Order: sequence, then C-alpha cells, then structure tokens
Amino acid sequence: MDRPKKTPEAIIGVKSIETKHMEERAALHRGLVNLDRRSFLKVSAAAFGAVAGAGIVSPHSFQPVSVAHAQPAKGKVQQFRFAYISDSHLYERSLNDRFVNALMRAVDDVNSMDPQPDFVLYGGDLAQLGGAKELETGAQVLRNLKAPIKMMVGEHDWFLDMGEKWRELFGAPTYSFDHKGAHCVVLNSIIEADFWTARKMTPEQRMLTVAGLDNGVQSRFTVGAEQRKWLENDLKGKPSTTPIIVFSHSPLYKLFRDWNFWTDDADEVQAILKRFDNVVVFHGHTHQMLTNRIGNIHFHGMLSTAWPWPYAPQGLPELTVQMGRPDPFAPSDGCGDGSALVHPDGLADKIYNLWNRNPVTVSRTYTATRGAKDKPAKPRLESY
Amino acid sequence: MIKRDVIGKSALALAIAAASIVAACGGGQGARPPTTAQQQGGAATPSVGARSVEASALAPGNVEVLLCDGKTKISVASGTPGTAIAGQLMAEWMRKNPSSNWEAEERERHTLQPAADNSGLIGLIDGHTYGKITAQDVALWKTETERVATAGSAVFHDADQLGSTVGVSCDMCHPHAANTHPETYPKFQAQLGRVALLRDMINWCIEHPVRGKALASDDPRMRAMEAYILAQRKGRTLEYGKH
Repeated sequence: MDRPKKTPEAIIGVKSIETKHMEERAALHRGLVNLDRRSFLKVSAAAFGAVAGAGIVSPHSFQPVSVAHAQPAKGKVQQFRFAYISDSHLYERSLNDRFVNALMRAVDDVNSMDPQPDFVLYGGDLAQLGGAKELETGAQVLRNLKAPIKMMVGEHDWFLDMGEKWRELFGAPTYSFDHKGAHCVVLNSIIEADFWTARKMTPEQRMLTVAGLDNGVQSRFTVGAEQRKWLENDLKGKPSTTPIIVFSHSPLYKLFRDWNFWTDDADEVQAILKRFDNVVVFHGHTHQMLTNRIGNIHFHGMLSTAWPWPYAPQGLPELTVQMGRPDPFAPSDGCGDGSALVHPDGLADKIYNLWNRNPVTVSRTYTATRGAKDKPAKPRLESY
Repeated sequence: MIKRDVIGKSALALAIAAASIVAACGGGQGARPPTTAQQQGGAATPSVGARSVEASALAPGNVEVLLCDGKTKISVASGTPGTAIAGQLMAEWMRKNPSSNWEAEERERHTLQPAADNSGLIGLIDGHTYGKITAQDVALWKTETERVATAGSAVFHDADQLGSTVGVSCDMCHPHAANTHPETYPKFQAQLGRVALLRDMINWCIEHPVRGKALASDDPRMRAMEAYILAQRKGRTLEYGKH
C-alpha cells in the first residue's frame, strides 16, 4: 500500500535555505508598505534579529539596513560580534550523552553563523564534576568551532583538582586581550575560601559540595585580592574612554547569596572598573536571561546548554526581563547559546538564542537608558 | 515507626516512649526514615553501655570490650577509666557508621524551612489523646516532621538514591526545590493530558530528565520528597489548579 507522500519539509521539519530566503524577503516587503524610514529600520532590524539570533543568517539575508544608514558613530571600537556558549556541565559521554549533544548543538549554531563571529567565549562550567575525561570531552567538542575560542573557568571545572586539568588543557584562567579597540578581561571569579580541609573532605567530596548550587557548606565566590591586584595592573594607564569588556563566570554583583549568584568581593571589583566610561560584564553561572546595570557597568547573563536555573527568590535586578517559563516537557527549553554585538561606544546588544523560543535581544539602548527604551518583550508566562 | 499509614494510639505512645528514652540518654540522632530500597540496617545510634568479654588473643593486661550492638569491639588496657572506654567505643562505632550523623549533615548542606512552631499549645489540654501538651510533645512533632523532610532533601539531592542512570538529581534544576510549585497541585497538566498530583510530576521528572524508574506512591523516597518539597514552599497559598 502506498502511503500518502510527504513533502521533505514535513519529513525533516526544516525549510530549505531558498524557502527561508523567499519568506524573509516577502515578510520584509510586506512590512515596507507605507513605512517611514524610522519604522523601516525597526522592521529590518527585527527581521535581522530573528534570523541572526537563530544563527541562520546567510549572506543573502536581509540584514539590518540600519548599519548602512548609521552615522559613523563616535567611539573607539570597530563594531564586532562575538558568540558565546556556556555552562555545558558535561559528564563523560558514556554516563550522559544529553549534555554532550547539547554542547554539540551549540557548536553547530555558532558554526552556522554567517558572518562568523570574531571569537567564541566559553562561559565556564564545561565539566559537571571537574573530571579529566569530562574536560577532555568538552575540549574535543569545542575543537570543532571554526572561530577562535576564548575559555573561561567555572566552579564545576575547578574544585576536583583545583584547576590543574583545566589549566593543562586551556592555559591560565585569568588573562586579557585587546580586540578591535575594546579591552577584554577574563577573570576566574569562582575562588572559594577553604571549607574542605577542616572537614577532611576528599577532592571528590569537595567537588560534589561545590557542584550543589544550594549546598550551604561551601564558601562564597570571590575574585580574590591577587586577581584584583592583577586587574588593577592590567588596566593601569588605560584612558577612561577605553571600552572595557569583562568576562566572569559568576555575576560580578550581589544577586542571591545562597546560590552563589553572587561574588563576595564584587564591590571591590566594581570599584576598580568605576573610572571607565563604559564597562560591559558577561557572566555565566545563572543559566538564564539576566540584565543589570550598576553605574557605568552593564551586566548580561549567558544561557546554559544543559539546563535553566530558576530565577532567584530575591534580589532580581530591576532591568531584568525574564525569559519565558521553561517547559520541562520540552527538552532543552530555557537552554541555548547566543552572541553579542559590540558597538563603537563599547556597549553591546546581547542576543539570547533560546533553543525552543524566539531569540531575544537586549539592546544596548535598553541598559543605556535604564530601561526607558527598547524594552524586550515580557514573556507570556513568568516564573513564580 | 516506619509504616505510618495508620497511626494508632499505641504507635503514637510508643513513639513518645522512644523519644523519651532518647531524651533520657542525652538526646542523639534518630534513625533515618528509610528512604532507599535497602533498609538502613542498624542506623540507630547504640547506647554506650559496654560489657567486657573474655578475651582469647589479647595483649597481656588488656581486656576486650564489646559495644551493645554486639559487633563493635575494642581492646583496652585493664584499669582504663570507663569514660575513656566509652569514648573509644563510640569513636569506633562512628568510624564504622560514617552516615550516622546524616540528619545534621543534611541540614547543614541544604537549608530546610522549619516546621510550624506549636509552642503556643504547650500546657493546653487536648481532651482526647493527650493529657496536657508538653514542651516535649511539641519538640517531638517538630523533630519527627523535619526528619522526614530532611530525608526527602537527601533523596532530592542524590542521583544515586533517585536511581538516575545519567547522574542527574532534582536539585540540578530545582535548587532548594525552587520552581516545583507543590501548592498548585492537583492541576490539569496539559502535557500529560490529565490531572496530575505532585507525585506524578516527581515521577515524570524521575523517568525523564533523571532517567530512573518511577517510584511507587508509597515508596519511602516518594513520601520523603513530597515532605521536603512541600516544606520548602512554606507560607505559600494553596492554589490547586494554578498554572
């Protein structure tokens, strides 16, 4: 018996590049009818955001015309884009392939970005329990990225052997580099005071303790005096107009202590960054859309590829627009990856590429105007 | 004290008697409510009352002392003060039973919302089961209730006790049982196409993200986890059916 024939679309559930192209084109033309220039920019930017966030921009896509129209903006940075992948929490593949597959999906997302990002920031917690094989598995998957990668360490990578394997694979956890006029700093913000010696813990017990987000036996995260000193030196002599981009695993502010959504010496680190006009901090650890601004410092969270965390019961920054309530029945809902577009003034549009949802852009004007402009759409279902 | 489907007067009296003995012995950790398929054999802390036994191959002048569990044995020089012997015996027992202090350890690791404070009832006469409600009654209610919730916390945070085949435990998505919303059940769970109880959702999570085997409704682990999850949402308004 012949079954009714299915179209390729119905079978594999994806549209061809041509179909997508024609649909985008049609949508754009529909939107262009009777539009003034201002609205036109909105439409095109929206169209761009939708595809760019999904990582499916082709060279023939209808990309933001606003760039073409924009005044050559004042500033120090030559506009650039970087991608991020964070918090993959890998076990060995033989134990759990779900998290490994999720990281591979993120790598595919980033590899299909066109144009390619200038670099990919890995936001920490590559491993779940700091195991050598976990880290090696992660390194192997990340090797498939086409763009250069910048690694950052998380607590799950660290507390089995105090970072030995991680450093062997990826080098020093604290470093800085200049990119197209921006000064970028990568910190190790997950240093914890010794809670294990007095308790005679084995390295495994120490790691398990830190791996529990709600485990109250562990200490709080810090950057520590040594790194703060390093940071001061690193920034010494840089004019205050230099755009500074900081990557840290934990948020460099105090959100919720019980889950280490928190850096204990955040105030001291912020004090070092205070003299600069614009500082943007990108952090992992919180596994959710998170936006904050303290003075000159703009903070953006990163998504996890493994699982979303609930929003903290208290301390949520006013600027944060929550991501939609993840559906536990939809695998990898609330997870994803993303990118950031760094503008000439050093501020960034942060794109959250949620895997089961429309991508969300938190634009630089949103944090720059303290929420007055370009507020991202509220999710239909907020957490409670 | 394990099967509590029907708590009769005699069982309750027994519980109180047991608690009194523990109190008389100077307190101590109670037995962990059984939360794994295997019983926690002999988890109750034995008292330190020791008796000496005849030794066969001992150093000259030494005696062998056996703890009341009938298993823990040490050898001490004769003339060792009784308190020192008791201390050594307990140390030996603790070494062989590293999880004997599980309750305090679990409470230190994972904060638990305290059970309601009933001290306002002390001195009142209930008229039926009790004579006067005493401070000891109130303490017993709290301790026992929190013990079950604490056992639930231990399961909730332990992939092995949950039977996970992929190293996943509940706390990985629900720290402090956040986003579990026990106060909203029963509700029509659209994804399941039927009304679900909290335990149905616990089992859904165990079968899917945790990749283990669903627990029977009266499995001690299930009962303990329900206790923990409900405890953590203390103060929330019950709103069954809420989405």
